[in-house]
Amino acid sequence: MMKKTRRDFLKTAAAGGALMLAPLSVQAQQEIKADDEAVGMFYDSTLCVGCKACVSKCKAVNDMAAAPMPGDSDRLWDAPEDLDYRTRNIIKLYKNEEDVNDHAYVKHQCMHCIKPACVSACPVSAMVKEEGTGIVFYDKNICIGCRYCQVACPFNIPKFEWPETFPKIVKCDLCKFTNLKLKNIPACCEVCPTNAVIYGKRKDLLAEAKRRQAANPGKYQKAIYGEFEVGGTNVIYLAGTSFENLGFPKLDHESAALMSEHVQHTVYKGFIAPVALYGFLAFIALKNRKSADQVAHEHEVEHELEVEIQHELEKEKEEKKEGKH
Amino acid sequence: MAGNHNDYQVHKAKILTPAFYVLLFFTLLGFMLIAYRFVMGIGAVSNLSDGYPWGIWIAYDVATSTAFACGGYAMALVIYIMNRMKYHPLIRSALVTSMFGYMLAGMSVMVDVGRYWNAYSFFMPSRWQPNSVMFEVAVCIMAYNVVLIIEVMPAILERFIHMKENKFPKLKHYAMIIYPKLDKVLIFIVILGITLPSMHQSSLGSMLIIAKSKLNPIWHTQILPLLFIINALYIGYATVIFESFASSMAFKRPFEKEVQQLSRIIPYVTGIWLSVRFIDLYIRGQLSAAFAGDYYSWMFLAELLLILTGTYILMWKQYRQSPRMVFIAAMLLMIGGGWYRFNVYIIGFKPHGNWSYFPSLPEFFITVGLVAFEILGYMVLIKLFPIMPKVHGEHGSDAAKAH
Repeated sequence: MMKKTRRDFLKTAAAGGALMLAPLSVQAQQEIKADDEAVGMFYDSTLCVGCKACVSKCKAVNDMAAAPMPGDSDRLWDAPEDLDYRTRNIIKLYKNEEDVNDHAYVKHQCMHCIKPACVSACPVSAMVKEEGTGIVFYDKNICIGCRYCQVACPFNIPKFEWPETFPKIVKCDLCKFTNLKLKNIPACCEVCPTNAVIYGKRKDLLAEAKRRQAANPGKYQKAIYGEFEVGGTNVIYLAGTSFENLGFPKLDHESAALMSEHVQHTVYKGFIAPVALYGFLAFIALKNRKSADQVAHEHEVEHELEVEIQHELEKEKEEKKEGKH
Repeated sequence: MAGNHNDYQVHKAKILTPAFYVLLFFTLLGFMLIAYRFVMGIGAVSNLSDGYPWGIWIAYDVATSTAFACGGYAMALVIYIMNRMKYHPLIRSALVTSMFGYMLAGMSVMVDVGRYWNAYSFFMPSRWQPNSVMFEVAVCIMAYNVVLIIEVMPAILERFIHMKENKFPKLKHYAMIIYPKLDKVLIFIVILGITLPSMHQSSLGSMLIIAKSKLNPIWHTQILPLLFIINALYIGYATVIFESFASSMAFKRPFEKEVQQLSRIIPYVTGIWLSVRFIDLYIRGQLSAAFAGDYYSWMFLAELLLILTGTYILMWKQYRQSPRMVFIAAMLLMIGGGWYRFNVYIIGFKPHGNWSYFPSLPEFFITVGLVAFEILGYMVLIKLFPIMPKVHGEHGSDAAKAH
């Protein structure tokens, strides 16, 4: 008895282990490629003068509330400190304390990843990547507010309306429903006076970034941020100072979203593994249940129970009959 | 399963005890704070932020408490798969604990999600998103909640069938019709009750794979699902032991000897877990980071030490013979296993930028309130329905005959 059960346990453990270990066996990441029609933005930090026209236009076009400055009791100023539920797009300034020449503006908003983690994470398809254009946008009518998109996003972009009773997620959608729809260009790109941020197809923007780098090799960092990060993003950056100085995380070139989907799909492919596990467990449980000494005992007690219930039912019937008479 | 109804008894005691009122107080406090949250928003009660969108409501109430609620799962594995019918008397209390544990998870998810009125999205195939780990976890936990309720049903039905005074004749009549039918199919529900936790407990680990750039490499690995499922198992056994000893003390029942024997299984399970954990750290070259002596390393060592000590105690027969030592080991393993989950969900989680998180008092008391509600429900249920194992020797010959 003892030996048999131990073997059974080992068998179970082996099957379960194989099921869970499956993700380890495949290491190769699928290659992610941007759609040829994918659109995005290209921001050249060296051209930005920090006028914040893009910030105010974004707010106006997308109907975003002002973020008052601390201590501004008159609420005269819209002075967002960072991206939040009232701010989809922001300009910040990096200053090197020791070297006055080393300073740079930077624009932050959704990176519109080629393989967006937020879309992969969302359980109810409220985060969507539009076919063709590759725009990542959000539908509040579907969203359940679980905030897994926030956990998943490597850039910390999706924001949540924390003070609201009925909150939603807020992020840049490239003005998909507003300026892009009306004027065929996102608001920030439309108003930028120095063309520091331009709108276009990703492949054209990437070519332009490489052209500028080649024409002015001393001016720019070697990397184009967004070219390869997390599998590539549709918003790309050039800068004169390091991207870490500008508040960008240092990220792998592989997409964690692909890794997660790979693990998940290996375990749940065609639902074969769970069904097999169920079948396997049921087989063992039923076999155990029918082992000889138990069957006898089972019959005995089953019989007792049936008699008991039968008896009760009859008693009930009789009581009813008596009640009628 | 059939006929094993003789293994259980109603715990005959007063329901309105001092402990009942204390738990009721915390339950009501928690529920008042929950009401406040629904009026004023999540930001008004919690320290959650865009950097730490998940706090203890997810890390404890969902990720950790469902592991504590794996007693039913762990016991079903021993009883039905490893064929140790002698542990059968323990299953009902384990299942009821599981049921309340998962109910707690379900309730706090509804407190935590911001747009709860859209939760019906999970029932609309057009919105399903099979790439999402959260989708799998949510659907699976919902299904398991239903399975647990069905698994507890026989205890409820038996109470009505064997009622002496015929207070609810209709209920008794239906119970007598349903019971034998349910009894015939119950084994298939029980197997579902083993399959579903295997699925979502591993997926609770998969959940953080996507947050690779934010989760410290001591904890981020592709085999998070494997680590989480083994972790759920030993936490499950530890909880069964803890729950059994706790109710023995609280209700002045004799210690359940099976529980001490059950503790033998744990070192095998933790042994596998520790091996997998170290091999993984070694392969990924993170062993030096794990012992570097910084904050994250200390958090790792705390997790490791708790689990190692609990395991060590249970490896020795002389310790296993002392109920006190078994109880202490079980607690160490629950805390250590839970610590691991906290490390994955909060402590090892560091988003880019200047963010920090420590739960606010209301956040904390909402969790306390839900846990109090869970214990309250357990205490009331075992006093109304045959859930606790029958005390040996009392009507004892029945239980003795069965084995």
